Amino acid sequence: MSEFITRRKLITSGLAAAAGLVGLEATARIADHYGFLAPDHNGLFGAGEALTYGTQRILMAHHSAAREFNRSDISKIIPVNGEPPKTDPYQRLLAGGFADWRLRVDGLVARPSTFSLAELKRLPSRSQITHQACEEGWSFIAEWSGVPLSYILSLVGVQPTAKWVVFFAFDDNWDSIDMPEAFHPQTLLVLGMNGQELPTRHGAPLRVRVPRQLGQKSKKYLSRITVTDTVKNIGKGWGASDPEYGYSWYMGI
Amino acid sequence: MPRGEARPATRHSPLVRITHWITAIAFLCLVISGVAILLAHPRLYWGETGARSGPSLIDLPLPFVLDVPIRGPGRYLHFLAAWIALFTGLIYVISGLFTRHFRRHLLPEKSDLSWKQIREVILRHLRFERPPKEEALTYNLLQRLTYLLVIFVLFPLMFWTGLTMSPAVTSVFPTIVTIFGGQQSARTIHFFAASFLVLFFLIHILMVCLAGFVVRTRAMITGRIPTGKEPI
Repeated sequence: MSEFITRRKLITSGLAAAAGLVGLEATARIADHYGFLAPDHNGLFGAGEALTYGTQRILMAHHSAAREFNRSDISKIIPVNGEPPKTDPYQRLLAGGFADWRLRVDGLVARPSTFSLAELKRLPSRSQITHQACEEGWSFIAEWSGVPLSYILSLVGVQPTAKWVVFFAFDDNWDSIDMPEAFHPQTLLVLGMNGQELPTRHGAPLRVRVPRQLGQKSKKYLSRITVTDTVKNIGKGWGASDPEYGYSWYMGI
Repeated sequence: MPRGEARPATRHSPLVRITHWITAIAFLCLVISGVAILLAHPRLYWGETGARSGPSLIDLPLPFVLDVPIRGPGRYLHFLAAWIALFTGLIYVISGLFTRHFRRHLLPEKSDLSWKQIREVILRHLRFERPPKEEALTYNLLQRLTYLLVIFVLFPLMFWTGLTMSPAVTSVFPTIVTIFGGQQSARTIHFFAASFLVLFFLIHILMVCLAGFVVRTRAMITGRIPTGKEPI
């Protein structure tokens, strides 16, 4: 009898473990097949990251749009984190009203280009009222307007091998998003906020808004956008500067 | 289950024991990492938005910990533990339905649902009495109702409200957050459901101690209870 129970116990735990491993393995393969492995998927918490990012990307493959709100929902109080860069190049551009600022777009593109603020303002724009949650826990609703990133990307002509769009900022922050996020219609290069010019502390002259991820992903004070097939050679190779401070690369959460 | 009745006394099936301990470890990781995340902003709101400079629903008597880098790693641990808890929970619930674990061990007996019985079992708990011997082999009414609440209400609510804080998930299923009246409301419910689970955890430990820590813990590890001769 006891032998029977031991065997049964063995079979049950064996089956449970096998099911778990097969599940993890299958998820990893699906994720890899669709290119849904986050740059920081290695390490102690890699399995969790791979599962979260892979599952969400599969869920979001067909229909996915951040909720949009009415004008009356716009928050009266709009908090802000961090200060504008104190570095000399940024301060000089700020003093000159960003007249000399240029956005460089390069990497795996057919036509590397630069855009002045005036040129960006002449491009087709879009406005959206979305909820932005800070990774700390607070949140607000605001109206953002600017050029869809997809428009810029189609202007410069992205090569088929491209996997990531990388953002560099004046404050040494850098971050990246995958191609589905980059081409999503709600991913904006923001020039205006709540009907005004983008305020300095909210990222002037240009920030990106990625409303399907936490606010941390919407990097401010942009200077350059690079299209690439690997982020391994940038910084520590984790796809953004934030993972160096313990944060995950994927902020869809 | 005629075959089960012929077997010698086991208090908990292997599957219940394994899933119990994996869930226990995952739960502790979730609580620890949850606190690490909460400490960045220990303030709760109702509605869609909320921030430090605006009105709050509750200001928790906790410090704002922003400079110590605990919430980034905390979030990594939180989601890994959540996945483990989810898989373990699904295996437990699905197998529990197949083996009729819930019906046999957790759904209250009709005879237990009289006011007299309910009053008696509550009074016994309030007097911190040691449970009668025969209870070592089964669950009393309060236990059954509490476990059902934890398994079918609180844990699912935790997963649900947790997902509402993902802008990626709500971009696919906006209803999961609008049903709570906003993302900050859902965050607040996440906190309260977690608090109830922590309260359950503490009372659970207290009750195990009261009933005999060594015997009960051994039963959850080996599956056996020394006094038990009758099969469950």
